[in-house]
Amino acid sequence: MVSVNTQREMYEQMVTARRYEQRLQEEYLEGKQPAFDISAGPIPGELHLAAGQEAAAVGVCAHLDDDDTVTAPHRPHHVAIAKGVDLPKMTAEIFGRETGLCKGKGGHMHLFDPDVNFACSGIIAQGCPPAVGAAMAADKRNEDSVAVAYLGEGAVDQGAFLESLNLAAVQNLPVVFVVEDNDWAISMPQDRVTDVDTPADRAGGFDMPGVRVDHDDAIAVYEAARDAVGRARNGNGPTLLDVQVHRRMGHFMGDAEAYRPDEDSERAQRLDSIERLADDLRAEGIGDDELDEIRDRAEERVEDAIAWAKDQPEPDPAAAHEDVFVDDTTAASGGED
Amino acid sequence: MSERATDPGTGDADRELTMSRAMVDAVAAEMRADDEVFYVGEDVQDYGGIFDSTEGLLDEFDRDRVMDVPISETAYVGAAVGAAQAGMRPIAEIMFADFVGVCLDQVYNQMAKNTYMSGGAVNVPMVLTTAVGGEYNDAAQHSQTLYGLFSHLPGMKVVVPSTAYDAKGLMHAAVRDDDPVVYMFHKRLMGIGWMPAPEGPKTPVPDEEYAIPLGEADVKREGEDVTVVTLGLHVHRAMQAAEQLADGGVDTEVIDLRSLVPFDTETVLESVEKTGKLVVVDEDYQSFGVTGEVVARVAERAPDSLEAVERVALPDVPIPFSRPLEKEVNPQVDDIVAAVESVE
Repeated sequence: MVSVNTQREMYEQMVTARRYEQRLQEEYLEGKQPAFDISAGPIPGELHLAAGQEAAAVGVCAHLDDDDTVTAPHRPHHVAIAKGVDLPKMTAEIFGRETGLCKGKGGHMHLFDPDVNFACSGIIAQGCPPAVGAAMAADKRNEDSVAVAYLGEGAVDQGAFLESLNLAAVQNLPVVFVVEDNDWAISMPQDRVTDVDTPADRAGGFDMPGVRVDHDDAIAVYEAARDAVGRARNGNGPTLLDVQVHRRMGHFMGDAEAYRPDEDSERAQRLDSIERLADDLRAEGIGDDELDEIRDRAEERVEDAIAWAKDQPEPDPAAAHEDVFVDDTTAASGGED
Repeated sequence: MSERATDPGTGDADRELTMSRAMVDAVAAEMRADDEVFYVGEDVQDYGGIFDSTEGLLDEFDRDRVMDVPISETAYVGAAVGAAQAGMRPIAEIMFADFVGVCLDQVYNQMAKNTYMSGGAVNVPMVLTTAVGGEYNDAAQHSQTLYGLFSHLPGMKVVVPSTAYDAKGLMHAAVRDDDPVVYMFHKRLMGIGWMPAPEGPKTPVPDEEYAIPLGEADVKREGEDVTVVTLGLHVHRAMQAAEQLADGGVDTEVIDLRSLVPFDTETVLESVEKTGKLVVVDEDYQSFGVTGEVVARVAERAPDSLEAVERVALPDVPIPFSRPLEKEVNPQVDDIVAAVESVE
């Protein structure tokens, strides 16, 4: 059972994350139409949006506190929102502003918020080893915090993931590996790159529980994650959790998805975990008025974050030379002249 | 080198190609000519390569010769090493040069060393293609060139085309070479629809096959006053800088290295002996890299000719995300102009 209150909170985070990605898409495409030029518009760089993957974020992070560590991959916004990352500062970072989480140095694939122990990396699967390390630190210090590593299904063929599973298992560390299976590794479907049926099946090779949630139902994810996070927190070792999600947008903005069958794209649009949770809430007696209110609140939060971010200054170019080391007087040996 | 290698020179080709089309033109010709050549990488089939490096190959060749593989670089780059040692001529692609980190052992401990460690008993005739470079705000993990890293580690040849003409000729030479060749194509030069290229990389490209021998730099612009040595995207920036400098009466010679290993020391020396002034421009980190190597070669062989020298490279910082920060670290045309003026 999941309390109505928890369901309501998950719903609010999901609609926040969805709205956030829709608004970022609009902002990103400004100046990029009709001809898409990656260098134009208010948001620099690449942009990988997570619309359709919200259930995997909120269903797991609902069990986490600020002390618990989360690492995410290149598609991180929904997880960051669910983990409680500072939304205005995250947005300022995505817009490349001085007051962003990382002073404009990281960008949307490299967000760090140590206040809530969140980090992400643009290299797939490479967040897994640091998550194991966070769990190792908690284990050595006899703390009860856990670590969660998010990755996509395309990343399960990486050594960094498979090695991390083994290390976490043999050390009995408090880690939960969460695979968001959106069916597509950019243009490559799973059956082209592996004979293993589901990412969860990988766990068997490491004597670790592997749990598949084969539809992106936030409540089902929440229940599976309750067991997995509980196991970790109680000293019973790691779990591999594998959630079927849907990629509603391209791999990155600008990806025309010519490789993707129309029916697959349509299916991703049709299967909407947010609508599913809204139906669950209605069945619990929550009225449309209240759902509208939640959506309005989420939209306002997103608008406020974007408006604040766009109002922030760009960094001073001289700042590019700072932060290589903790002590900036440790001058880079050759780059100073 | 194969007997098929011929260089018709710039010729009178009447078709202009983007760099990606020219690269694919050579790959397709090599695959047509030799069943032992195949291409392996991520998103190289239906997508055609994220940076168009394999666009169109699937129209002509089967999926067992243009292979999408799992995101397992250690396995498939290493498999290319093994197939090459078995006598095939694989072309393996690492989507971004930055990603070499996940499979570096197969590159520098296996691919690059097996010929030497075996005392020449085996060789590794493969090509490792990879996209390099920044200037579109892809930040620290997707913008590096790593020219110096690949060139520093012994045993692999390293080429960096800056034009469509060179992209074709260098690819022919790379595939036919009996050693491993790292073929580094700059994203900004490929002519991808969503990432417009500057003026310059799109050039006439002859229909017929030709190989550009590795280790031959190209003097892009002759000049008497200052030598600018560079490669990749910055060849075009240096040419722009040279035009601006010419307006102010400074005659700049621009040398496109094209190949880092082997390195054409003679062409650089001849130029510096003429001008006496050397500016090296590189989109890689400054320390322990290409700029230092070029200066050292000149300083060792022609110290008396070298009146002044400047390096223009990325400072030793990871590449930042936001636009003003990336512009600060990636050498711009103005930076090249300023460096030339400072030695002139």
